[in-house]
Amino acid sequence: MLQDIDLLIEAGSFVALLGPSGCGKSTLLRFISGLDTPAAGSITLSAEDGAQSSARTKLAFVFQDAQLLPWRTVLDNVALPLELQGSSRAQARERARRPLAEVELSDVHERFPDQLSGGMRMRVSIARALVTEPSVLLLDEPFAALDELTRQRLDERLRKLWQTRRMTVIFVTHALAEAAFLAERALVMSRRPGRIVLDHALQLPSERNMDLRTNVDFVTQTALLYRALQQHGALDDAPHVLQGGGV
Amino acid sequence: MKRSTTRELALSVLPPALTFVIVIVLWEGAVRAFAIPKFLVPPPSDVLIATWTERASLGAALLTTAQGAGLGFLLSASLGTSVGLIFSLSRWLERGLYPYALFLQTVPIVAVAPLLVLWFGPGLRAVAVSAFIVSVFPIIANTLAGLRSVDPRLSDLFRLYGAKLGDTVLKLRLPTAIPSMMTGLKVASGLSVIGAIVGEFVAGFSEGNAGLGITVLSAYRQLRTDLLFAAVLLASLLGLLLFALVSSLNTLLLRRLRVPG
Repeated sequence: MLQDIDLLIEAGSFVALLGPSGCGKSTLLRFISGLDTPAAGSITLSAEDGAQSSARTKLAFVFQDAQLLPWRTVLDNVALPLELQGSSRAQARERARRPLAEVELSDVHERFPDQLSGGMRMRVSIARALVTEPSVLLLDEPFAALDELTRQRLDERLRKLWQTRRMTVIFVTHALAEAAFLAERALVMSRRPGRIVLDHALQLPSERNMDLRTNVDFVTQTALLYRALQQHGALDDAPHVLQGGGV
Repeated sequence: MKRSTTRELALSVLPPALTFVIVIVLWEGAVRAFAIPKFLVPPPSDVLIATWTERASLGAALLTTAQGAGLGFLLSASLGTSVGLIFSLSRWLERGLYPYALFLQTVPIVAVAPLLVLWFGPGLRAVAVSAFIVSVFPIIANTLAGLRSVDPRLSDLFRLYGAKLGDTVLKLRLPTAIPSMMTGLKVASGLSVIGAIVGEFVAGFSEGNAGLGITVLSAYRQLRTDLLFAAVLLASLLGLLLFALVSSLNTLLLRRLRVPG
């Protein structure tokens, strides 16, 4: 499914992983998280002090849907990872307040997921991921199911969170503009078997807001990613390119 | 808001009540008009009179059957959910034992009932075991299905944070399984009354306590069809009552879990 992936991701970077559906980008993310193990090859996570064993516990995952427990309040959902790691319920609830404040949901602690909008649920999901103070945050097409405006707001918020927290973020998406807006580095994958066909450092200012989306540089960078996808027969709606390409 | 709930209530009560009245009137009329012998089909008025005049013995019989069915139901609820949980934790145990649990579902209870009397003695215990055997399988199967229905990504989440098995069961699998478990319990509640009546047919009397099954048998022998009808109706009502109890528990739990019913 994946082939010849040789990748070094620096601590504190923001990487977008792009590719057509089914190319194996989610699989790669699951390998990194340790949820699945590759048939061949290895993945090493090293903490800044070089200790490898503790690194995986400092990892968090955000899924495509918010994946909240419907019977738990917002606060209890965010406290869940700490409870699972052995904290007492009271302690976990106390520590859950900060990430909820970071995603501006302090006023809905005692609500249940079914009382929230899709965008709010996703923010709860992000707060839940942040509660363990992860050094690596993995996101698998987290905003794909949301409307465009909500999605852009969440992109902006995630970018800010990354800047204040200085964690490594790996963001899987199939949306080119989202990748360009968020990341410092974009990796474009080909159709299955997935290979990395472009490894590009995005040349955009570090302060990014809504205005950037209409900026010429932004459009140029997005177009560059688009061409990489197209050239390698990776666009879903261009099978003829795949036939003729013969990469 | 209030008006619509009244309307809803009326909509759920009125049609069945109307059906009931129409059937009773037609039944009474037909029995009288065609002069059907009372030992074949008694008119509803006779059934009502029999219920009233025999109210003491019918009440006692109802209580006895309720005990047997209730005990059997509690037994299958506790054992059934436990077995379902154990099966969900071990593929080996599930593969090894599930076919034999299925056997409980297919065994003809009437044929096994005499054995139960031999093993557990006549009376309440044999009746309860009979109710248990008939009602336990739907609970096992539904518990197992519910525990297996956990969203794989939520399992991933728990795995990612190194959740202990106890936490995964208590905080994820059991809450997820409850709607399905309750479905099993609802099916089992009706079955347990059937199992109790069948048990009584064979395991009958002990210490002067006779359930509705015994009432049915003796009414049949005396051609007291009116009394037989009364006993059958009471047995059905008992099943309905148990079902209603489980249903309200179900509504309560689902609201608590915020799962759409």
